Amino acid sequence: MDKQTYGALVKRRAARTRVTSNCLHAFLCGGAICAAGQLLTELYLFLGMAQRDASTTTTITLIFVAASLTGIGVFDRIARFAGAGTLLPVTGFANAVVSPAIDNKSEGLVVGVGAKIFTVAGPVLLFATLSGVVWGVIYYVISLFA
Amino acid sequence: MQTVFEFKEKIEVFSWASAVGKSEHDGPLGRLFDFWDETDRFGKNTWELAESELSHAVLALALKRAGLSHREVAFLFSGDLQNQCVASSAAHVEEEIPFLGIYGACSTCTEGLLLSAVMLNAAEEPLVGAAVTTSHNSAAERQFRTPIEYGGQRSPTAQWTATAGGAFLLRRGEQHPHIVRAMPGIMVDGGIKDASNMGAAMAPAAAASILSYLRLTGTAPADYDAIVTGDLGREGSALLEMLLREKGVFLGDRHRDCGNMMYDPKKSDCHAGGSGCGCSAAVLAGHFLPCLAEGEYRRILFLSTGALMSPASIQQGGSIIGVAPVIELVGGNGNG
Repeated sequence: MDKQTYGALVKRRAARTRVTSNCLHAFLCGGAICAAGQLLTELYLFLGMAQRDASTTTTITLIFVAASLTGIGVFDRIARFAGAGTLLPVTGFANAVVSPAIDNKSEGLVVGVGAKIFTVAGPVLLFATLSGVVWGVIYYVISLFA
Repeated sequence: MQTVFEFKEKIEVFSWASAVGKSEHDGPLGRLFDFWDETDRFGKNTWELAESELSHAVLALALKRAGLSHREVAFLFSGDLQNQCVASSAAHVEEEIPFLGIYGACSTCTEGLLLSAVMLNAAEEPLVGAAVTTSHNSAAERQFRTPIEYGGQRSPTAQWTATAGGAFLLRRGEQHPHIVRAMPGIMVDGGIKDASNMGAAMAPAAAASILSYLRLTGTAPADYDAIVTGDLGREGSALLEMLLREKGVFLGDRHRDCGNMMYDPKKSDCHAGGSGCGCSAAVLAGHFLPCLAEGEYRRILFLSTGALMSPASIQQGGSIIGVAPVIELVGGNGNG
């Protein structure tokens, strides 16, 4: 059997990702996280914060909770069920930074945690910053003619 | 030229030991392993040292059972999945056993036993040799995949690296389960590039080895009580069956896969089954050797299956190469 035929056979036979149930889990869990975020914002507003401060504090709170759950080894279990539901909100980003930090603690603070903390989130940081710069330039050029 | 080595001196595995982590202990074979650790840490601070301790402890137990001291062992073939095979070298530094580190990915267990049989046949006088193989889920995850606490979903075809190890003591003889023949496998590139489907990458190598072995020895699957593969998992096992069927060979119930036996797919998060070189080592020590010793099996083929790759080779788009060395084991009462 040549590689192509075998590759096709492997694809045909491979267990499928359960797209429908994964989407449902992601919708419910992601929605729950966003609803919790909204509740937090309302709470901070009720406590007298300005809208902008309340939003920022909400983000910080969610990051704190996701990082703590990663630290005690619970986040990955939730994420196994929730999938994109925990990955997409800021919680996924917190986990992507904290989990390599925990992993590489054994190699020390500099070459371990320091050097490896962005192994997962690094590309997101790099390309988000880069695209920000590019759009900034485009925005600037457009504003010259506007 | 692929060759089946028919050993002049049969090499018996006269003592063995196995150990596993928590999820392996919770699996269907859990009670068959000699010891296990609830935290997978085996009393150490890092996952790498935990694997070394596992490797050290299984050999110590196999020696204790045989009433031997490490000074009486002439050589040790030891392997694991960590970079530069460091789990094995760190594990056995104090024992002063002449050490030969080996790497065959998940084929390491069979590789070590095959090489031990060759060494014991080459020696002038009867010696005792040892072969140890381990893998550790957390050490492997860190090295090959994502951080342990990273929250992601694994592909349904992915396998779970077992936290497991097996140690074997060998010498010339036929009283205990013994190796009568062996065959190194050729490397087979099935063109699979997906590291989440190792079973598919290894199945063509397993099929090639089984077909060659049967042809070169003039035997048929019916001559063996079991044909045991290392860790093809559910994907690889099904593909092996298809590949062999195409060549007119049917294994049926004779085919057993250590990766399929290690976990209960309904209760654990193993997805397509277990993997890691410790998986086949622990299942051989925990299940197949005792079965051969008790006469439940008389003759088996044992082929650990290795997926040869590195994180860099995968990221560069390289395909995963499979290899499957074979040993033929006969029970203590066999006529091999």
